Amino acid sequence: MPAFGPRTLRLWQGGIETRVETGGDGPPLVFLHGPWGLVGDRDFLALLAEGHRVHAPWHPGTSPGNPEAIHRLDDWLDLVVYYGEVLDRLGLERPALIGHSFGGMLACEIAAAMPERVGRLVLIDPLGLWRADLPVRNWMILPENQRNAALFADPAGPAAARFFALPADPAGRVAAQAGFTWAQACTGKFVWPLPDKGLTKRIHRIAAPTLILWGAADGIIAPAYAQDFAERIAGARVQMIAGAGHLPQVEQPQETARLVREFLADG
Amino acid sequence: MKVCMFHLMPYRDLPADFERRYKSAYLDPVWFDVADPDKVGRYYNWTLDEMAYAARAGMHGLCTNQHHQNVYGFMANPSLMGAALAKMTSGQNVAIVQIGSTLPSTSPPTRIAEEYAMIDCLSGGRLVAGFPTGLPTDATISNGVVPVEQRARYREALELVLKAWSAREVFAWNGRHYQLPMVNLWPRPVQQPHPPIWIPGSGSATTVEFVVDRDDCFCHLSYFGAKNAETLGDYYWDTVAQRGRDANPYRLGFLQLIGVSESDEAAEEYAPHVEYFFHKLLYTPQYYQAIPGYQDLPSLTRALEAPLRERFDLQALKYKDFVERGFLMAGSAATVRDQLIAAVKRLRIGHLLALLHFGSMPHELCLKNIDLFCREVLPALSDLWDDEWHDRWWPQRLQPPAPSGPREARPEDRLRGA
Repeated sequence: MPAFGPRTLRLWQGGIETRVETGGDGPPLVFLHGPWGLVGDRDFLALLAEGHRVHAPWHPGTSPGNPEAIHRLDDWLDLVVYYGEVLDRLGLERPALIGHSFGGMLACEIAAAMPERVGRLVLIDPLGLWRADLPVRNWMILPENQRNAALFADPAGPAAARFFALPADPAGRVAAQAGFTWAQACTGKFVWPLPDKGLTKRIHRIAAPTLILWGAADGIIAPAYAQDFAERIAGARVQMIAGAGHLPQVEQPQETARLVREFLADG
Repeated sequence: MKVCMFHLMPYRDLPADFERRYKSAYLDPVWFDVADPDKVGRYYNWTLDEMAYAARAGMHGLCTNQHHQNVYGFMANPSLMGAALAKMTSGQNVAIVQIGSTLPSTSPPTRIAEEYAMIDCLSGGRLVAGFPTGLPTDATISNGVVPVEQRARYREALELVLKAWSAREVFAWNGRHYQLPMVNLWPRPVQQPHPPIWIPGSGSATTVEFVVDRDDCFCHLSYFGAKNAETLGDYYWDTVAQRGRDANPYRLGFLQLIGVSESDEAAEEYAPHVEYFFHKLLYTPQYYQAIPGYQDLPSLTRALEAPLRERFDLQALKYKDFVERGFLMAGSAATVRDQLIAAVKRLRIGHLLALLHFGSMPHELCLKNIDLFCREVLPALSDLWDDEWHDRWWPQRLQPPAPSGPREARPEDRLRGA
């Protein structure tokens, strides 16, 4: 597996330190993580790095040592302009964007605001739309058992166990628990109380070829949303992933990575 | 010391199977499945009457509070209750302690500045201005405040309220969270530059430090009793000392459930009501309270390392346990008095917030509790601390007359700039 190394960018007039995990060789790809931080996505990133230069930034506030960064950004305009700066600093003209959940919503907003900066777009169970008949479940206030069943097709399976595993040493355990909660707090800032912030008005601006992947057993955002995204993004293709809930890249990393790589290689 | 009657205004007559039907006292129970508006009208009236009775019986202050979408206490706007109490206690030597309206969930927060100023005018300068951040469920779920912004909104709102109360000029407020083109509040509080400020907290280190730095009164609103508050109390007084503040007990308020009867055995009359309180009303699961972002990362980390507040399996405890563990101080006046004096001294409590109504307690029993408490317990508490300390967090007009002869200047007078 290609080695990943973190580096830290100082951005936003020096107010935000952003850790970026980078690894692999090939055409550039940016992965935008979901509400639970990057820790659970590492196996998936390693698979993507076989054939791509993968950049995975930690969202503002979630980089270790700089929790205050979350208070430097107030709204979606700030966040999208900030990610324009991230792309500039990484020297990426027109990378592929892959976003999961919150990161998928963010990828849509970036691709709608700056269509010229996104080569290809992959959305994995993205937030961003809202149907009154199928409300998105608020993952931040679910009882543990319901949350686990919504995130995983098999909440008792090995992928779920790895995702929720905590280090044995007390300090590492506290840091991991706090990081898991704090990542939800930082991403939650932009989607509380409901993850509908008007994307439906802007989504028509997305010009990049788009692949929409959805865990067939997603209990947070119903798979029916895949079609709602596809209808609003010209030429978008939908692919369901069996045996996955809201985290297909964690529960079915091989299959998800294969679909992403095929799509990125195709043209 | 000062003793204030605290009231939650709960639903007093929930179905017996309530906690089997619902997973939470908050948010989940649907009004039409549980509540009767005529009964609720009686509860509001009883609550006001119980508070007014406590004032006549000699309580020093009356406390209202704000909660939403739950069965445990629903003074959705405490200013409505405070206004009624101000009128009902007109001319009496009793503070109206609003503890209070939650700043982050009211936009713009000058609305609260106006309501509090109205109560201060209406009561003739008897307001204590309490500023809770608000429970996570209330602020973030019932009122949609972004969790990670709650604290910053709170701080900006408090700054705005304080300026709006005392500014001599019309000003524009260009804040991060609030923008107002012209602020020129009508009315302004009688107490200038502001009424005494009390800030409640339930165990967040960040709140403790904030309140000590501001030199306000910190009120620990725990339902688990003085015995279980020693860790937080020690942390509080350590923080006070570390930050160079004096050890004036009046800078600490503490809430305690209390039930007074003719004898220790007779106090079992409170058993069903305290069990109702802890089993049905305090039935709030972690996932509605520990919302990501409610605590900043340092507080969250500290809470995971060593919680300042212990957690209990309340459903497993019965009356005897609640009394033994000190959640409820119940018994004869002598028993309650001894326990309270010990607790007040141990924690250095200057303002005791006595929860004399809890759970399903009927109106008559609440009046009896108030009556016994005020006649047989309160007199033994009132004089505590006053030989040594001056209450700087109490409405001036309610200060008891100075003892004969001039009082020596004290360090705290200098801190206040007197």
